[in-house]
Amino acid sequence: MRLTQGQFSFLPELTDAEIKLQVAYALNNGWAVAIEYTDDPHPRNYYWSMWGNPMFDIRDPAGIMLELAACRKAHGDKYIKILAFDSQKGWESIRLFFIVNRPKDEPGFALERGEGIGRRTQYALRSYAGNQPPGRRY
Amino acid sequence: MTKPVDAKITNMKERYASGVLKYRQMGYYEPDYQPKDTDVLAVFRLTPQEGVDPEEAAAAVAGESSTATWTVVWTDRLTDSEYYRAKAYRVEPVPGTPGQWFAYIAYDIDLFEEGSIANLTASIIGNVFGFKPLKALRLEDMRIPAHYLKTFQGPATGIVVERERMNVYGRPLLGATMKPKLGLSGRNYGRVVYEALTGGLDFTKDDENINSQPFMHWRDRYLYCMEGVNKAAAETGEIKGTYLNVTAATMEDMYERAEFARDLGSVIVMIDLVIGYTAIQSMAKWARKNDMILHLHRAGHSTYTRQKNHGVSFRVIAKWMRMAGVDHIHAGTVVGKLEGDPNVIRGIYDTCREGFVPRNLQHGLFFDQPWASLKKLMPVASGGIHAGQMHQLLTYLGEDVVLQFGGGTIGHPMGIQAGAQANRVALECMVKARNEGRDIWKEGPQILAEAAKWCQPLRAALDTWKDVTFDYASTDSVDYVPTPTPA
Repeated sequence: MRLTQGQFSFLPELTDAEIKLQVAYALNNGWAVAIEYTDDPHPRNYYWSMWGNPMFDIRDPAGIMLELAACRKAHGDKYIKILAFDSQKGWESIRLFFIVNRPKDEPGFALERGEGIGRRTQYALRSYAGNQPPGRRY
Repeated sequence: MTKPVDAKITNMKERYASGVLKYRQMGYYEPDYQPKDTDVLAVFRLTPQEGVDPEEAAAAVAGESSTATWTVVWTDRLTDSEYYRAKAYRVEPVPGTPGQWFAYIAYDIDLFEEGSIANLTASIIGNVFGFKPLKALRLEDMRIPAHYLKTFQGPATGIVVERERMNVYGRPLLGATMKPKLGLSGRNYGRVVYEALTGGLDFTKDDENINSQPFMHWRDRYLYCMEGVNKAAAETGEIKGTYLNVTAATMEDMYERAEFARDLGSVIVMIDLVIGYTAIQSMAKWARKNDMILHLHRAGHSTYTRQKNHGVSFRVIAKWMRMAGVDHIHAGTVVGKLEGDPNVIRGIYDTCREGFVPRNLQHGLFFDQPWASLKKLMPVASGGIHAGQMHQLLTYLGEDVVLQFGGGTIGHPMGIQAGAQANRVALECMVKARNEGRDIWKEGPQILAEAAKWCQPLRAALDTWKDVTFDYASTDSVDYVPTPTPA
């Protein structure tokens, strides 16, 4: 399967030049760009590992791209995403989110069905890779 | 000009002599009145009967929507009637439309019960709309003061929290209404939900008239839909939702359905506008209490929003619904099959989404409207839209919107999943191009054609619907045209 979280997962993988344009868009909007990675891509895993804090003070896309290269070097076998945080009142949340790195093999999720009364099913998603301990999943 | 003979009578003995006075004489027209920051303001479009002058008509509207009755009553004198009387404070002709006037009326905040749309509307659109001296009457816009707004819950979830829950940022959300609207069995219905969500949509949706009919009872629908939702989540790694319509005959039935949806793990439920303002507010409270997104389908609104001379403008309905506390509202597409002038739609979208909406007559907004930190209401664009219009939709409607392609997903020649994929690819490539600084209004068709080279479903969608437009004149447009400014 292909994990399709994020803004651009239905497109061909973005090149570094294309990623840089999106980063520039975020910075031009005054947002802070962040890099996060994980080997637990469950859709409700809201807290991926942070590659440092959001980069509030890096206003040059080239600087972000250097950080991305370093993150890829350390975690190239995992999912990596770029996020942008907007601190403006009324938002104070994420405004941009796309995946920039993914494992070679994406085994996906099992859907577990707990059968209850009255045909009610309690569903649970379990990532196949998640059976392994962190660091040995992909 | 006010004729002296009809001016407000200040001699109390004369004012309260039994009999009939003009509404102006009773004090409902006060051209010198300065609205207070705490006043509720309304602007009506008046079409008086022949021989009724506009100031008297405006005064009558102010009177009939506040304290007045047709004749003088002495019991007014037991109250601070001056204070409770609504005041028509400005009357001006509608540009280019003889026989119609805009009347601005101020209501003291104490005329209304806190947190009650039912009470607000019982005055503002109550008896007054049937008043004989008027041929027609339309409520065009309202200014709700922050003081009164703060007595309302506002959207149960709001755009920001909805996005955090759905884990979708930086692009419009995608949805589709299940078709055919009526007749599918629960099992077949769930199939359409599953295919559309797995193909790439975030949401699927019950239609407004899907409740619990002989061909599909509600429990059966919910159970099969949640199977589709969860299967699609497993196959994509995304959070998916389906708007389970809980509209029913009684509040007890609606709560029962909503609780069942919650217990099955649904992230969203839906209601129809026809359930009424009080029921909507009840469901909004329930949704806030149960961490549920609340979708509102505006079934019925066109009976009173569409004609310019009589009824209630949809921008007012949108305002009331943001106060009432729904999270989604159908708010027009501009390019689709349903009514929608671009300027009117812009005004409605701003009303839903902004923290402060400035007066803008070209967008049909007559007042500055502060929103006092009430959450943002997500507009939904639905009805006759397709992937080939993606650049227009993104330009007109922006990013914080649910784009719903029902026929445009389910009617795809390669199947439902392919239809969903075409929509998602069209959306993502257009957002990407916009962020890159490309002029999507001009280059849109080319951007779509480029993506269609590697995405066969998008190619098929563009070929199938390339000539489909709904190019009819709007019946509800704005009255103020831009005045060219000298360079």
